[in-house]
Amino acid sequence: MNKERIPLTELPAGKQAQVEIIQGGNNLIGRLAGVGITPGVEVTMVQNFRKRPVIVNVRYTQIALGRSVASKIYVK
Amino acid sequence: MKNQINTDKVQNPKLRPITIALVGQPNVGKSTVFNMMTGMNQHVGNWPGKTIEKKTGTFNYNKTTYHVVDLPGIYNLTANSLEEVIARDFIIKERPNVVVAVVNAAALERNLYLVSELIPLKVPIIIALNMMDVAKREGHRINPELLEKAMGIKVVPMVAAKNKGVDELMHAIDKLAHRVEDYKHVQPEIRPDLLAVLNDIQAQIEGFVPSDYPKDWVALKLLEGDKAVTQMMKEYLESSRWNAVQDILREHDDAMLALVSSRYEWIDRVVKGAVEHPKARQISRTAKLDRFATHPVWGIFIMLGILATAILLAKRIGLKTTWDALDRYLPIAKTGIASLLTNFPSWIRSMVVDGIIPGIGILIVFTVFLTMFFVILGILEDVGYLARVGYIMHRFMHRIGLYGKSFLPLCIGFACNVPGVMGTRVVETERARLMTILLTPFVPCIAQTTTTVILAPIFFGALAPLVVVGLILFNIVVLGLSGILLNRVLPNREHLELIMELPLYQWPNPRTIGIYVWQRMKHFLAKAGTVIVAATVVIWALSYFPHGNIETSILASIGRFLTPLGELMGLNWKMIVVLFASFVSKESTLVSMGVLVKDPNFVSALQAMLTTPAALAFLVTHMLFIPCITTFAVILGESRSWKWAILCVAYLFVVAFGMGILVYQIARLII
Repeated sequence: MNKERIPLTELPAGKQAQVEIIQGGNNLIGRLAGVGITPGVEVTMVQNFRKRPVIVNVRYTQIALGRSVASKIYVK
Repeated sequence: MKNQINTDKVQNPKLRPITIALVGQPNVGKSTVFNMMTGMNQHVGNWPGKTIEKKTGTFNYNKTTYHVVDLPGIYNLTANSLEEVIARDFIIKERPNVVVAVVNAAALERNLYLVSELIPLKVPIIIALNMMDVAKREGHRINPELLEKAMGIKVVPMVAAKNKGVDELMHAIDKLAHRVEDYKHVQPEIRPDLLAVLNDIQAQIEGFVPSDYPKDWVALKLLEGDKAVTQMMKEYLESSRWNAVQDILREHDDAMLALVSSRYEWIDRVVKGAVEHPKARQISRTAKLDRFATHPVWGIFIMLGILATAILLAKRIGLKTTWDALDRYLPIAKTGIASLLTNFPSWIRSMVVDGIIPGIGILIVFTVFLTMFFVILGILEDVGYLARVGYIMHRFMHRIGLYGKSFLPLCIGFACNVPGVMGTRVVETERARLMTILLTPFVPCIAQTTTTVILAPIFFGALAPLVVVGLILFNIVVLGLSGILLNRVLPNREHLELIMELPLYQWPNPRTIGIYVWQRMKHFLAKAGTVIVAATVVIWALSYFPHGNIETSILASIGRFLTPLGELMGLNWKMIVVLFASFVSKESTLVSMGVLVKDPNFVSALQAMLTTPAALAFLVTHMLFIPCITTFAVILGESRSWKWAILCVAYLFVVAFGMGILVYQIARLII
């Protein structure tokens, strides 16, 4: 269960996971890379309230992601 | 100092101004580095035709004058935003002698991503490794020498906020600028499979790339699907080659993921050995504060508390003392100056006393008030709090096509539209900034609200509080609808997907804030100052000529001319004139009403003049009416466009009267 691929939006606060794939166009992939989110990187969920943008810690920075963006990032 | 430079130029005719470009991601202290290097030798303008700020400055080092351009803060060099296009076009077309990449040492790998995109542009780079103190506090140990060796790029460790490393940076710039031929960075390796694809593309475009652009960079951007470069090459390539390129690209349409991963692989190799990260993640000060600051419930309370305190402080200290002082000294100044002008014709006396002096009065009030405001705004921005506002409000603002940060200028607008419009500079993209500028006048300022609070009980008795709240809500609804409309009408609709860094909190830097306030105020006085005084004089002239009596003035004629319009909403010409007079300042609405009603029993005269539906229509129109002169002046200053400023006023004009008429006609049927 723990090792199943899930969208980032379903990662509970405090949990860590590795980014597997980003399902988006070049535009989105480029923008996410700019803030440090790429396949293989470790992310820690900092805040995940329902319907609110999530906050993750990635490469020593807190990044806020809208839920539509976060749902395109799959983690394991 | 200046003379020295001039003689230098005479002695050395080859000496041309050396241009340094500053690039960096947001929240890396780039502005601080810029401020520390250039001090007061700065010029703030806009990029041609854009609302994006362009900061330039100079510094002298080793008898050479360096011209510094502070490029917009960006995360990558794609063409996803105007800021990115501006930055990369500047580097490609203007070819700065040295590019200084300001990097946040506390988030090194992510920041080096921009550097990895910069290297293929083939410009001499220096890395300003800023915020070393923050990195140390967060537990990162960085060896700049090893980093420098791994990249072949000069790395200057800095704490710009404490003026550490600034001299070393200038020294490094000076050295590199004079010996560019020695510059040799390590080329970031690309995965072999990607390299083969890039070579294929490059073979097709060989000989067709405009001379400014490095060929391999163009190939890279084609592979990334970069819109601007794709468009450019489509124009330059003959169709058979273009099709061949398209075939290659179609075959590798998933290359972007591999490309970005490849860049981070290079970064990881480069920092390996040079950087040691904290092992166990301690909970930082920032994370502790953010537990409340970004909480869906507490966060909103905290934000409203901070904003209310800020507005109150600026109003109490700034506005109130200045108004009081003006109330005391302006009449003295008026009589004093009037007595000096006794030998002049009466219209000149009137122009000075009723036109120019009140204009300068408004200017003084705003100067004090705005200075206070920008100190507070500067602190909030420097501390890192504004990003949290952007986060909390995103949910509400993105529905009308805006980012969360747009909430701030709109909220400030309730106090006064002027700092609201000027505060739109915190908004990330040009489009959202323009939208926020145009929407701010829909927020009723404190003077508009006060006028309504005073007038409502006269007509609505016990229902007055309800009417006031209803009118404010009505404004917000109109604002929301206008936002949706603007979002549809304006070109280049953006994906309002939130991807935002929440920077570490830090102590405010007085120098950064001081320079920020100074620049804002300089801009305000230069741009808005003249417009305000000129417009007060124009309004004065309209209310004075031809007979020196407002009731027979040009303004009154305009009011009378608009009588048919007024009739549609139950208003006589006097009330129309009152509305127009509110263009000078919203505070003067009641004053001009008093002048025109001219009855010792103001309340009953007003009640006799306006029916209840007409009064409601008047208040609706007044709350939505065109902004005051000062707001207009700053809209003009910030949007840099007469077209937008006039369009904005025209739109408000139509909406205000349209809504007034609508409300009157409906209310007449009901009441």
